[in-house]
Amino acid sequence: MAKAAAKTAATASPSAERRPALAGRTVSATGVKVEVLPPALRISLRAPEASVAALSKALGVTLPKQPKTSASKAGRTALWLGPDEWLVIDEAGKDPLANCAKVSALHSSVGISHRNIAISVTGPAAEAAINSGCPQDLSLEAFPVGAASRTILGKAEIVLLRTADEAFRVECWRSFSDYVFTFLSEGARDAAG
Amino acid sequence: MSGALRIPGAGRLSQAKTARFSFDGQSYAGIEGDTLASALLANGVHLVGRSFKYHRPRGILSAGAEEPNALVQIVRDDARKTPNVRATVQELYDGLAANSQNRWPSLSFDVGAVNDLASPLFSAGFYYKTFMWPKAAWKSLYEPKIREAAGLGVSPDRPDPDHYSSRYAHCDVLVLGGGAAGIAAALAAAETGVRVILADEQAEFGGSLRFESGAKIDGKDGFAWAQAAIARLGAMDNVRVLPRTTAFGYYAQNFVGLVERVSDHLKAPGHDLPRERLWQVRAKRVVLASGAIERHMVFANNDRPGVMLAAAARTFLNHYGVAVGKNVGIYTANDSAYGAAIDLKKAGVNVAAIVDLRDNPTGPVIDEARALGIEINSGRAVIRAGGKLRVSSMTVQPKNGGGERTIPVDAILMSAGWTPSVHLFSQSRGKVAFNDETKRFVPGTYAQDCVSVGACNGTDGLAATVDEAYAAGARAAKDAGAKAAKGVKPKVDASESWSRGMLGAAPGAGPDTTVKAFVDFQNDVTAKDIRQAVHEGMRSIEHVKRFTTNGMATDQGKTSNMHGLAIAAETLGKPIPEVGLTTFRAPYTPVTFGAIVSHARGPLFDPTRRTAIHPWAEAQGAVFEDVGQWKRAWYFPQAGEDMHAAVDRECVGVRNQAGLFDASTLGKIEVVGPDAAKFMELLYTNPWEKLEPGRCRYGIMLREDGFIYDDGVVGRLAPDRFHVTTTTGGAPRVMNHMEDYLQTEFPHLNVWLTSITEQWAVIAVQGPKSRDIIAPLVEGIDMSDEALPHMSVREGKICGVPTRLFRMSFTGERGFEVNVPADYGQAVWEVLWAEGQKHGATAYGTEAMHVLRAEKGYIIVGQDTDGTVTPNDAGLDWAVGKKKADFVGIRGMARPDLVAKGRKQLVGLKTKDPKVVLEEGAQIVEDPKQAIPMKMIGHVTSSYWSQNCGRSIALALVAGGRDRMGDTLYVPMPDGVIEVEVAGMVFFDETGGRLNG
Amino acid sequence: MLLIRCPYCEEERPELEFRNAGEAHVARSANMVGESDDDFEKFFFIRSNPKGIIYERWRHMHGCARFFNAVRDTVTDKFVMTYRAGEPKPSKLPKNSNEGLAK
Ligand SMILES: [Zn+2]
Repeated sequence: MAKAAAKTAATASPSAERRPALAGRTVSATGVKVEVLPPALRISLRAPEASVAALSKALGVTLPKQPKTSASKAGRTALWLGPDEWLVIDEAGKDPLANCAKVSALHSSVGISHRNIAISVTGPAAEAAINSGCPQDLSLEAFPVGAASRTILGKAEIVLLRTADEAFRVECWRSFSDYVFTFLSEGARDAAG
Repeated sequence: MSGALRIPGAGRLSQAKTARFSFDGQSYAGIEGDTLASALLANGVHLVGRSFKYHRPRGILSAGAEEPNALVQIVRDDARKTPNVRATVQELYDGLAANSQNRWPSLSFDVGAVNDLASPLFSAGFYYKTFMWPKAAWKSLYEPKIREAAGLGVSPDRPDPDHYSSRYAHCDVLVLGGGAAGIAAALAAAETGVRVILADEQAEFGGSLRFESGAKIDGKDGFAWAQAAIARLGAMDNVRVLPRTTAFGYYAQNFVGLVERVSDHLKAPGHDLPRERLWQVRAKRVVLASGAIERHMVFANNDRPGVMLAAAARTFLNHYGVAVGKNVGIYTANDSAYGAAIDLKKAGVNVAAIVDLRDNPTGPVIDEARALGIEINSGRAVIRAGGKLRVSSMTVQPKNGGGERTIPVDAILMSAGWTPSVHLFSQSRGKVAFNDETKRFVPGTYAQDCVSVGACNGTDGLAATVDEAYAAGARAAKDAGAKAAKGVKPKVDASESWSRGMLGAAPGAGPDTTVKAFVDFQNDVTAKDIRQAVHEGMRSIEHVKRFTTNGMATDQGKTSNMHGLAIAAETLGKPIPEVGLTTFRAPYTPVTFGAIVSHARGPLFDPTRRTAIHPWAEAQGAVFEDVGQWKRAWYFPQAGEDMHAAVDRECVGVRNQAGLFDASTLGKIEVVGPDAAKFMELLYTNPWEKLEPGRCRYGIMLREDGFIYDDGVVGRLAPDRFHVTTTTGGAPRVMNHMEDYLQTEFPHLNVWLTSITEQWAVIAVQGPKSRDIIAPLVEGIDMSDEALPHMSVREGKICGVPTRLFRMSFTGERGFEVNVPADYGQAVWEVLWAEGQKHGATAYGTEAMHVLRAEKGYIIVGQDTDGTVTPNDAGLDWAVGKKKADFVGIRGMARPDLVAKGRKQLVGLKTKDPKVVLEEGAQIVEDPKQAIPMKMIGHVTSSYWSQNCGRSIALALVAGGRDRMGDTLYVPMPDGVIEVEVAGMVFFDETGGRLNG
Repeated sequence: MLLIRCPYCEEERPELEFRNAGEAHVARSANMVGESDDDFEKFFFIRSNPKGIIYERWRHMHGCARFFNAVRDTVTDKFVMTYRAGEPKPSKLPKNSNEGLAK
């Protein structure tokens, strides 16, 4: 489509403003803080076993093969979501979509940077706050640091990643973010009590 | 002073902490730590309610959750009036206000008590027999009147201002019940380091140690030992101790529901505290330590206020420091009531006599009672209680008949024995077994990974209980993966004796028809009712239960089930196990709707999904409609406009100039992989292999049965990449449908699906000026008709951000759908809007969108189709690839019924009077003069006023519709028959020239 | 709420994450067009609905998103075992249905 570009009289208009959902929202309760994280670059990556090595190399992070795990390197995290599915999140401003575009091995890479919103839940009561609506066992034994899983929070689907003993990253779809944030806020209020 | 019957030095409450409260408007003083029941009793108040059916005066029977009588209304404010609160569970706080229920005009003079005099009319099955006819009167007359008279409290008429929370929790060992058994089990498990949750329904742990003065463990008084143990457990990181928490339901795979009453006992609960917290616990092992419940004696007038369970009286004395009377009588069939007599006597209360149904009871407690100078009448029965609003006497007779003797008393403390609480075990689908020797049902066959210990397991004696529980706790921990335990088993130094007792009706329970010897207090079921049920032919206990309502009140027969069963068995002349025990069901005690609903109210009732452009529409004053979970802008009224006027203006504006529409909610799926086209061929009726990259096609998806499932425009971005759109409501199920086939039927295809619904905000720009609006803002895309014809797609930039720009139309006008990454949606919309203003563009909502598409005869799946419409029925045969070897629905479509003549087909309808707008869903007939029920040949699926056409328009499914073009049909409505003419589906711009206009 | 072992996630997960997807081992013909009316009826409409052991499909909808197969006892509501989509119907079931639940 580069050819078509040449034909148009490109008027160099300034870029439209980016308005992330829930930007800046934060709720603090005793022992737990819920805050919306800044935008990140994301892809949904699908690939058969045979392509994993090439994709790992291109992405600079080894795609995990174990269920409920993730791998992280230089601001980029790959979360195992299914046997041929990873969520790759880049917080360092480098688009993983571009990395994958260079890989000829069989795969599907779809940009979803704007589809998801990330919310961090931190503090000693973070686990309890999330368990207000998430039915998984979130103890460190069952859900250690680095554990990642698609799951449920109340009536919404989320992706949960444990980033530290007392810190989680909750990802959800944009239009569910208000619900998820409100739910986590209520959970935080209760976990504090 | 906190009540005249408070005994100085008795009990465990601190006299210094006075709490004022009111009951039926009268003010009283209690002590912090009291329950409402103990505080009332301290003030000499026994009469607390009227019974359900006969309106008999009722007092406090128990000191716990099994209470059937003392149900009161707690009033915090106008919105917080909780009915049916058990006074024995409600903790006192300063300022508590309670009212009695089920009485009018007052508790001591109740007009409804005439039911008591008329009671021969109200025998078992009375409601079933009397109010059966006429049927309609049940709803309009009988039920409301009966309910009003029975009146189990008053519901608040305002929304509940409290909030409720919920928590999922996981543990290795869940211990239910915090008496000696539960604590011992929890200690054993906790000492291994595994995760333990210990819950008890009381505010303080200890169970029967609350009243057993003779228990000593590890050198301490039993209750003190329990508190020390709980303090130890509470300090352990691996233990969660939950007081005031009732396990109400035991579900599959050790999933147990608990309700924690967080703030009902507080004077002024903070806003941050929930009223209740629902715990949904998944445990590897469960230890049931739910104890046993004391049974009452069944004799005439055993419901008079002042007649209560012996252990309850002992609890009120030993824990709350309250004497339940000044001159008490004891009526028992086992040892445990002797403890009450002894403790009360020692506290200075006169014990008039012990009446023991047993012939010659022996043992240490009997000796001790005798040594204290208490009169013991063995082999005798209390055949009736005297008094009305308060018991005044007990009449004693040898149990095989003989002379009566009436002894004045102000309280009768009774004990027929103890019933193991097998409710949770039974809920876990375990099967109980009847122990013929001890006459009780105990856990038999287990269905889940749980174990019962102590009294609920039929284990008698504190030492045996602690042994059993400690071993079970350790074993449960081990089974859950624990290593070796390092704790020390508690040592029982002294304990009390619990011997067996009796089941069923005592000699004072009839059989004459006038005696009211209650089995079930809450539902007013007497021994006579149970016998009558058997005489009237009920054989199974399940039938007896339903006929008499025994055990069917909110207390679920905790005190009454075994008596009812024994009386039925005796009347039937069968052993108890042959008559059977009714099944226990959740909840163990009533659970508030608040706890069940928990967070799911208000904004958290259901997710409300909003698009990126929503704030703009809101600021413009858009009216929104719900489409699934989405809020969509319905129409944009300007000053003075109603919906009709706004929609007319929007529709005309789009066709004359241009319109902007937020289409972000459309489902979007990116289909990627070398086999993408092959997959599309299989999932859609259309051919895809030859669709050029950069072009679009309207696709139809069927289910295997051949009916239309979804539709949408699909753009091919690259040979191996499709951008598929779905209906808004269909997005999740279409994705599931596609994944299902991909994963399970066509797993050999190298293709993947990703939902991109929320990645892209979509702005539809439609109308003759649409290109003029968009073109100046686009970079990298040739907007000419030659380069970007109708039904094509390009990637480039708009307003400096990436776009997938579709040239497509759902209005019949030249149109575009601008996809931009969602966070840019609103800003791009605003730029397009500003540009649009130069060309007279309007914003339009979903209503105008519906009208515009109907003018063009474009269908909406789910409105013009209903799951029984084939592509042919909908006039969409052109979209079915005729040369395709396979696609989902290809075979279903060929079923005989689906190719038969006379099927309902989608057609247009024009009313003869152009101003009449048909009702969607209205039925269509050929002959309006035929008799009712008429033969209906179809129905209206879409109907609107079309300002652009200057008339009403409609789509309809009509049998053989396409063969009826020009025919007149009829739509009978309540206020007359509407004449319609069958027409084609396109009402506007039939040649389609405006797509390039 | 049941616990269901997902054969892809290799652990038991709460039922809320799953969705039932009907009877398993109902094969779609490779030659759909050639199916007789009777065969199509059997394929599309007829299900075994047994009292006892049922072979059914589930999807770990809000987990790994995979469809898989399960053997469940419709009387006790207990899962006997689960296995991956495409794997054949197990010829032998674990003796005690509880065994399927443990690890
Ligand atoms: Zn899974």
